[in-house]
Amino acid sequence: MTTLVEAPDRLRTESVRIRARLGAALAALPAALLLACTGAAPRSSSPDPAHAAAAALPVLHREDMLWLERVSFGLDSASVADYRRLGRERFLDEQLDTRDTALPAPIAAQIGALEVSHANPVKWLAEVNAQYKTINAMPDGPDKEQARKVLNERGNELGYEAIRRELLRAVYSPSQLQEQMVWFWLNHFSVHQYKANLRWLVGDYAERAIRPHVFGRFEDLVMATLEHPAMLQYLDNNQNAAGHINENYARELMELHTLGVNSGYTQQDVQQLARVLTGVGINTGDPPKLRPEWQRLYVRRGAFEFNPARHDFGTKILLGHTIEGKGFGEVEEAVRLIVDQPSCARFISRQMANYFVADNPSPQLVERMTQTFERTHGDIAAVLRTMFLAREFNASLGDKFKDPMRFVVSSVRFAYDGRPISNTRPMLNWLNGLGEAPFGRQTPDGYPLTEVSWASSGQMSRRFEIARLIGSGNAGLFDAEDGGTAAMSGFPQLSNRLYFEAVEPFLAARTRSALDHANSQQEWNTFLLSSPEFSYE
Amino acid sequence: MNRRRLLELGGAVLAGAGASLVAGRLFAAPVSGPRFLLVFLRGGYDSTNLLIPYSSSYYYEARPSIAIARPDAASSTGALALDADWALAPAVRDTIGAMYQRRQVAFIPFAGTDDLSRSHFETQDSIELGQSSNAARNYRSGFLGRLSDTVLGAGASTASIAFTDSLPLAFAGATTVPNLSLKNVGKPPFDERQAGILSGMYAGHHLEAAVKDGLELRQQVAQEMADEMKAANRDAITPKGFELEAERMGRLMRDKYRIGFIDVGGWDTHVGEGGAQGALPTNLSGLARGLQAFSQSLGAEWNNTVVVVLSEFGRTFRENGNRGTDHGHGTVYWVLGGTVNGGAILGEQRPVSRGTLFQDRDYPVLNDYRAVLGGLFRSLWGLSPDQCARVFQQVAPVDLKLV
Repeated sequence: MTTLVEAPDRLRTESVRIRARLGAALAALPAALLLACTGAAPRSSSPDPAHAAAAALPVLHREDMLWLERVSFGLDSASVADYRRLGRERFLDEQLDTRDTALPAPIAAQIGALEVSHANPVKWLAEVNAQYKTINAMPDGPDKEQARKVLNERGNELGYEAIRRELLRAVYSPSQLQEQMVWFWLNHFSVHQYKANLRWLVGDYAERAIRPHVFGRFEDLVMATLEHPAMLQYLDNNQNAAGHINENYARELMELHTLGVNSGYTQQDVQQLARVLTGVGINTGDPPKLRPEWQRLYVRRGAFEFNPARHDFGTKILLGHTIEGKGFGEVEEAVRLIVDQPSCARFISRQMANYFVADNPSPQLVERMTQTFERTHGDIAAVLRTMFLAREFNASLGDKFKDPMRFVVSSVRFAYDGRPISNTRPMLNWLNGLGEAPFGRQTPDGYPLTEVSWASSGQMSRRFEIARLIGSGNAGLFDAEDGGTAAMSGFPQLSNRLYFEAVEPFLAARTRSALDHANSQQEWNTFLLSSPEFSYE
Repeated sequence: MNRRRLLELGGAVLAGAGASLVAGRLFAAPVSGPRFLLVFLRGGYDSTNLLIPYSSSYYYEARPSIAIARPDAASSTGALALDADWALAPAVRDTIGAMYQRRQVAFIPFAGTDDLSRSHFETQDSIELGQSSNAARNYRSGFLGRLSDTVLGAGASTASIAFTDSLPLAFAGATTVPNLSLKNVGKPPFDERQAGILSGMYAGHHLEAAVKDGLELRQQVAQEMADEMKAANRDAITPKGFELEAERMGRLMRDKYRIGFIDVGGWDTHVGEGGAQGALPTNLSGLARGLQAFSQSLGAEWNNTVVVVLSEFGRTFRENGNRGTDHGHGTVYWVLGGTVNGGAILGEQRPVSRGTLFQDRDYPVLNDYRAVLGGLFRSLWGLSPDQCARVFQQVAPVDLKLV
């Protein structure tokens, strides 16, 4: 969708720059040397199918590899080895238990060095609000413009850091399912970083509202997003007060986050829920001065506050239930009422099946997931287990089109197979180009989960261009983030052991023929990453 | 006398005389079929602050901080009075206002759908599908797709285009409609041999056509852009953002495409939408400049082109507690084109007052989008009743004499 307010332009020029540099690098180095420089080369410079097969115990079937691809963000040697060692069910158990997850040391170090990893969002928010206030009070002129620009660039940097952290984890975390669920829930409870001060908040939103709850109780997840300043600002509930009703969040909370549209609630319910939510907002300063009888009703956690002075204490009737005015307890009561609706169990189950199984998941599968959801009061891990071990899940393997996030992450996982990249900006550029940038969805509905939204003619040709960038050079992934010199040049060697073990045996004749016609390793890489086998999982 | 009057007069007078000479001069390109562009403002734009019901005192009561002042004949920068009741927002005065005065723009207030969900996504979907609201939805059939297949013939794959990153629901079900956003276009990365191999991998696959079209369109647009670079050197000012995008769209539609789609976001103004200045007027002004650029780059084909600008719904008539507006119902459609019957406020209307609001909240819908668009398509392409029914089933087209 086109926007009329210009988004930061910096990232758009990046791919041009990368391409220019890439051209120069290729011209300067003979191909043999390039091959030797690649990350995957040392381990697999002499791909030998017979050798790979000998090491393969037990034999991996197409279904195993597709199952693993679907549960993870794409194959790499480590995940294939884990699968081989554990088998399907134990692999799933480990994926659903994230206690022992450790990132590879170089990646942990990169993430640890990010400012966003040591954030105090309350402080940040207070600072940025104060700075905007100061800037707005300045007389118009170059100084004001400059101050605004500096603050804006800082916001861009923090927003980018939040994305960088998620992308690094998506590529390198051994807890691949957890990373997919972080992405899934971030998309389900979508926020847009370019609204208000959200760039200062999205990192914390992912880290504290989403990540701890991805396998937990759905109700906790809803409450965590409800109390997060990113959501409160994004859907304007910080502006919702008695006598100044703003029903934006109330509506989307039911329509997009829990019940689904046309599930039976009415405009009346939206208005009633908006009244329940009055006074739920943000405060980064001192608590307000309140009448004594309100002081005990005041709630504050971080930048989140419930301010009784802004709350409508009247009785509400929501979904046919009476909610007596009593303060923040009404919000908890309303959320419990909503997540306990059968329509919520069905809607959330269907969304998960939509993302993980099929564009039109079998109603029987959704029904069993719904039952698990209801029986366990929204235990997300239990619903996932029902789904991943279902017959219908197996039957769907190979037919789910990768959305841009899965395509980009799986390409980097496959191409560099555990070797740490140093720069995630190219990945973000690709996601921008394909229309699925993290924290980039302007509207609160999140990105679509179905093939038809991502496989149009324009998107397919863009995908091939990205395949070409990855296949024919380092694509900027090994450049220093600060623009310094590249840590590595050359292109990846995709015809490696992982390929012969987990991909090659299952290729269709047309794809083999295309690969046979490649004039160079770079072209071969490009074709493989553009193939139907790599587009679907 | 303005240019359009001349054209009209010329056509009438010369109908019996030697028309070909004049027509030959007026239409540089060969005379071709009509063109249609749908501009979808996603988010529900606040039509009440675009087309201002300035004769309604209730408008000023209901919007104490965001109402736009009554037009003042002495001012050349305030709202522009269009008639005794309606005025145009100052933000689009120099662009859309000027086109309105040339009779190239008409507005249809109280337009919209019978969808009462007041949900962006629900209502956008229902408009794009254009199906009967009481039947089960078929997500594989959008109304532009049906229109495209009806007037251009199934298989005429290059005659419709979506200027978007993904294919909109409106085109669902059409015989392969290509899509390409013209925001950032570089040179094509694949030569013919490589494109052939890439397509070959998808032979027989359901994505075969998409893959082939995508690679081809990329090539064509690259050529267009190369021409643009040459032309741009002569321009003192290089347009940016939506203006540039719209100009490119105009050129592609001039040369090749007959039915187009673009969506523009950023209209969900719940907070601080502004009055004469601010967030909404900034957006409106960018949109209007883009539409102007689009009309100009079509050249003489602008006379064969109709643009409809619409949004999923209007917004609440009253401002909310945050100097913004919430989701409403009826909205205002724009109809633009070189030879539309512009300079008029068309369709069923009623005076704007508290008493005439729908559910005491927003504008009623008196002009159903399918009836209005169906009527427009019927005149534009001379559709038979059967063809009309194929595009919008069970809806009687209404002829607002737009063209």
